[in-house]
Amino acid sequence: MSVPKSSASPDPAGVDAPAPGRSVLLSGNEAIARGAREAGVRVAAGYPGTPSTEILESLARMDPGRQVYVEWSTNEKVGMDVALGAAMGGARALCAMKHVGLNVAADTFMTAAYTGVRAGLVVISTDDPGIHSSQNEQDNRLFARFAGVPMLEPADSQEARDFTVEAFALSERFDVPVLIRTTTRVSHARGLVAPGTIHVAPVLGFERAPAKFVMLPVHARPRHRALLQRLEAMEQEVERSGLNRIEWRDRAVGVVTSGIAYHYVREVFPEASILKLGWSHPLPRALVRELASGVGRLVVVEELEPFLEEQVRALGLAVEGKAYFSRDGELAPESVRRGFERAGCLAPIESGPRSAVATMLRPPVLCPGCPHVAPFLALRALGAVVAGDIGCYTLAATEPLTAMDSTVAMGASIGMAIGLARSGGAPGPIVAAIGDSTFLHAGMPALADAAYNGTRMTVLILDNATTAMTGGQAHPAAGMTIRGDAASVVDLPALCRVLGASSVRVVDPYDVAATHLALEQAVASPGVSVVITNRPCVEAPVKVRDHPFHVVDDRCTACQACMNLACPSITWSEGWYEGRRKVQIDVATCTGCTVCAQVCPTEAMVPVPDWSRKK
Amino acid sequence: MMQDGGSILVIGVGGQGVVLASAIVADAALRAGWDVKQSEVHGMSQRGGVVSSHLRFGRRVQSPLIEVGQADAVVAMEWNEGLRALPYLRRGGPLVINLQRTVPPGACRDRLGGATAYPALALDALVHEVGDVRACDAMEIAGRVGSPKAQNSVLLGVLAPLLPFPEEAWRGSLDEHVPRATVAANEKAFAAGRALDFPAETLAQAARAAAAATNGHPHGRGRPARLEITEAWCKGRACEICVRVCPERILAIGFPGEGRGADTVRVVREEACTACRLCELLCPDFAITVHEGA
Repeated sequence: MSVPKSSASPDPAGVDAPAPGRSVLLSGNEAIARGAREAGVRVAAGYPGTPSTEILESLARMDPGRQVYVEWSTNEKVGMDVALGAAMGGARALCAMKHVGLNVAADTFMTAAYTGVRAGLVVISTDDPGIHSSQNEQDNRLFARFAGVPMLEPADSQEARDFTVEAFALSERFDVPVLIRTTTRVSHARGLVAPGTIHVAPVLGFERAPAKFVMLPVHARPRHRALLQRLEAMEQEVERSGLNRIEWRDRAVGVVTSGIAYHYVREVFPEASILKLGWSHPLPRALVRELASGVGRLVVVEELEPFLEEQVRALGLAVEGKAYFSRDGELAPESVRRGFERAGCLAPIESGPRSAVATMLRPPVLCPGCPHVAPFLALRALGAVVAGDIGCYTLAATEPLTAMDSTVAMGASIGMAIGLARSGGAPGPIVAAIGDSTFLHAGMPALADAAYNGTRMTVLILDNATTAMTGGQAHPAAGMTIRGDAASVVDLPALCRVLGASSVRVVDPYDVAATHLALEQAVASPGVSVVITNRPCVEAPVKVRDHPFHVVDDRCTACQACMNLACPSITWSEGWYEGRRKVQIDVATCTGCTVCAQVCPTEAMVPVPDWSRKK
Repeated sequence: MMQDGGSILVIGVGGQGVVLASAIVADAALRAGWDVKQSEVHGMSQRGGVVSSHLRFGRRVQSPLIEVGQADAVVAMEWNEGLRALPYLRRGGPLVINLQRTVPPGACRDRLGGATAYPALALDALVHEVGDVRACDAMEIAGRVGSPKAQNSVLLGVLAPLLPFPEEAWRGSLDEHVPRATVAANEKAFAAGRALDFPAETLAQAARAAAAATNGHPHGRGRPARLEITEAWCKGRACEICVRVCPERILAIGFPGEGRGADTVRVVREEACTACRLCELLCPDFAITVHEGA
């Protein structure tokens, strides 16, 4: 998620334009962008998603001269298509997405391994072990094997830069897309990077090659065989690659590891011998055998799936791994230490428990003034069965809004609502709740499906004119490109009508009664009824701060109606009324959305007197 | 201390400037000639969640994450998050903690009892547990010397003497990272934090803050009230006012054909009534009476 950049001096550490020879502190994502610039990338595309978002944002920022075409694509599949087309046209191309984005892009990705490239094509998948901000923690290293493409796994920012440069060369050398797989702790950790020189690679130019790029069965069959031949060549090359190395130390334990896990192992077990894999698919089998033959015990330390472990075992080697290191969640120095302790490789260190100090969990909540609140109040009041989707509004599933019944995948809300309607088992009106960016990403086909097949249901599009959850990225209905240029705007109401919606209501979500009425009418309507809320996000791209409200204390009867909004600006005050807590508004964070004032039965919430908008 | 490197955990709530503060420490370490790694999780920070930044410096840093129990110092911009980060703090390590409290609405859920889930400013217990507690109301101090917005610089000033960075490294980093118009305010705040008399002054300030924060004393009812509904007077689905206004959402109207009392209001969550009387006051037919005794 992007940090507000306006609060600091522009580029304080020389991140965007470092002086030659001076190392700079870069995040893994920034280092990938830097590496791509140095490799002469010409086209970059992708869809925002934590922890990948900053790759394309940094690339645009590091390229004020606009030598690179950078776009937010409508979804990852479109982004992959754009990048493959660019590579086919002879321009080095990059496509960046989060791990689940590769599921969306997989259709093109899998076959791009057959077609190969012309200019280099590098695909970045940022995985999220531990599920910091995702719906699953799938291990995308498996995609490299699945597709048959080489995979590089940088362990830190310097490697992120170096490997990106290398990936473009490998892609062209073996005529295949290269997958770079990072994790949250690589993408979002900062480390020193020695930058190189920025190149602008020449465009090789387009060349007709239908046998390579037109995947008719008659072409696809030989391309599959060609891919397997390229894989064999890569298996030779990976043994010689400088991206992998054995660090010989004590011979009792040899560790095979890759990515961030390498640093955790070095941190807690400095005397171990390590095969550190940077190019981890195809596996350098001879290097693994070399390590195995030189150590007493072979251990694999890797996050998530036993990806390396199973391949090493398949070589006929005695190896341990998931017996000591968890298959779920992310690793950390302490869990790697515990794993080696359980394995008997390290002596347990003393760590007496601290006495418990009572604390409180702080789950994320919707922001003060979030326009998503009132629609979910209405949905709950209507007893709707709500198929939800991916975005900030997923938080409506939690107390006290508790008005969402499913969240599975981008755009899944509408299709799942169709299924819920057809199941005949839902006890209330069926509503799909989906944000604007998510609707454009994968909701449109499902809305056409609902209308086409005559399903009776309601689609609520929470249009806040941005991709808010990932920090406020633009999209095709936001009127802006990734570089901030004006762009055409998808007309969402018109779009819904042409897709077949029987009615479209546009409503102001700050008007609680109108929102309730619109949804009440929509769920009573035949066909596919659409309700679109039309307030912008209060945080991005512009911070919306209107006249704030405060509580007139002697009017508050402590009924707690406003506390059902879960507004972070409203908390209990020191006052009491008939055994109940009165409330207060934090004027500094109140955006003046007026929703609390509308639900307050005693008109205790009023605009702060004598307030002026001062900078 | 930390002559061979160190690990600093900076923690707070989204919007408090954790990332900026951590960047200032990181840059100061770089200026002092150290290798640096920094890892932050701010996945949902715009949504008021916790933000933490692991900062490590040394001759060569491996893991960007601090191992639990190995942080040489914890800098907390928010009271509760500071307490939550304690497992990271090395035994005997200093806890730099702001007395500012960001109470989330989720801490205000016990509507019958009125008890907040937010931890009290129990300083004695914290000192007993941690030992080296450098607590201060950074916002108050920053406001006194210039701008309350510079509160993070107060905390960095408290941290500064604990780290082996020269004064010019701190100053250079601070001046370069904070917004240009606020350099003077941040420098003053940094100096004020650095000059804090520890432990006497910070602990006295913390004790005053703890005494002022009475938010932990519940005077709640603790038990639900009872509703009496005169079904003969209730218009049911034709009205529904009580169902719509009830903040606890304890009322519902059944469906016709559900037998006696259908299509009149009924209580579905008896245990949750806080006796706010909105239903009683707003019922146009006087069909509801709230009995405060159980």
